Amino acid sequence: MLDTIRRLVDEQGRLAVAAEAIGDNADLYATGLTSFAAVQLMLALEETFDVEFPDRMLNRRSFSSIASIAGCLHELKEAA
Amino acid sequence: MCQACDSFLDRLFAKGVLHETGVDGLYGRGQAFEAVIEGMDRLITRLAEGDHAEVIRFPPGMNRALFEKSGYMKNFPQLAGTVHSFAGSEKDHLALLDNIHNGGDWTGGQGATDIVLTPAACYPLYPIVARRGQLAPEGGLFDIQSYCFRHEPSKDPARMQMFRMREFVRIGLPEQAASFRESWLERARGFAETLELPHHIDVANDPFFGRAGRMMASSQREQALKFELLVPIESTENPTACQSFNYHQDHFGELWGIKTASGETAHTACVGFGMERLALALFKHHGIDTNGWPTSVRAALSL
Repeated sequence: MLDTIRRLVDEQGRLAVAAEAIGDNADLYATGLTSFAAVQLMLALEETFDVEFPDRMLNRRSFSSIASIAGCLHELKEAA
Repeated sequence: MCQACDSFLDRLFAKGVLHETGVDGLYGRGQAFEAVIEGMDRLITRLAEGDHAEVIRFPPGMNRALFEKSGYMKNFPQLAGTVHSFAGSEKDHLALLDNIHNGGDWTGGQGATDIVLTPAACYPLYPIVARRGQLAPEGGLFDIQSYCFRHEPSKDPARMQMFRMREFVRIGLPEQAASFRESWLERARGFAETLELPHHIDVANDPFFGRAGRMMASSQREQALKFELLVPIESTENPTACQSFNYHQDHFGELWGIKTASGETAHTACVGFGMERLALALFKHHGIDTNGWPTSVRAALSL
């Protein structure tokens, strides 16, 4: 899952560094993730993992690191 | 006429403060209303007197290509308004007249013009600043005003579809933008106190569209990028935003390629005055007849 998230971060995040070089818990916003790129990333995650983030997850925090994204996805996959 | 059972809007119509047009949110303005708007304009100018902002006034429309580049349609497609015009043949014209006569759809053949209705007073400003090239070390400060359009018809008089927005826009270093916004948050409190309006300032978000919008809004709040000065007009639970204080970070600087004197992407901030909303707040709290308003308020507005 983490590899897929990293691939989507590379595709959608428009970051100056490769996702490979970003730690699981590193702050993606500090790495240059903009609000709009976070939205694009969110939509790509939904499509790839076939989930729909509920309103409570549609915030800055959920997409702030690779680990927090994985946490949200785990929670949704378990509930499904 | 029963005052108690009429809405605030009905009373404004009855006294000719506003004039009904048949479309919610689109009104004519009477003499008393305009006198209040002019008084506030002068008061705002005095507040900013020592700042030496460059004055620019805009018509209610902006360049469609620049509007497209601005990204407005990503975030607020539901609010935008475009200007369309007839560009057909004589035969098309006859069909159009026929449709109008028969109550059919005559607008389908209209083509988009190069103009869209301005959604916020600062949107036409950024490309002008960008065209001038790199900023001076002191950055830029602008005093702008435009009629704006937002498609959100409502019976709430404070939610007009066409209204005037006076803005001050700061363009420069992050700390210049931040201290500009701080100083206006202070001034705004004084402004509301001078006008004797009940108010409070709170963190806010823009009405971004859809699920992506929910995320944008939540992110805007978490970063405290937008504050509003709220005054109860139609309801105490949901007071009306009469002024907003926005820090755009480098969003517009990046989008339009605006550079500081040292070549960094410029940060921007703006303070917006909803002129109609502020006037309505005054009519709501001091009465429909401006002659009865507190002397100090009348004096501040040179009424």
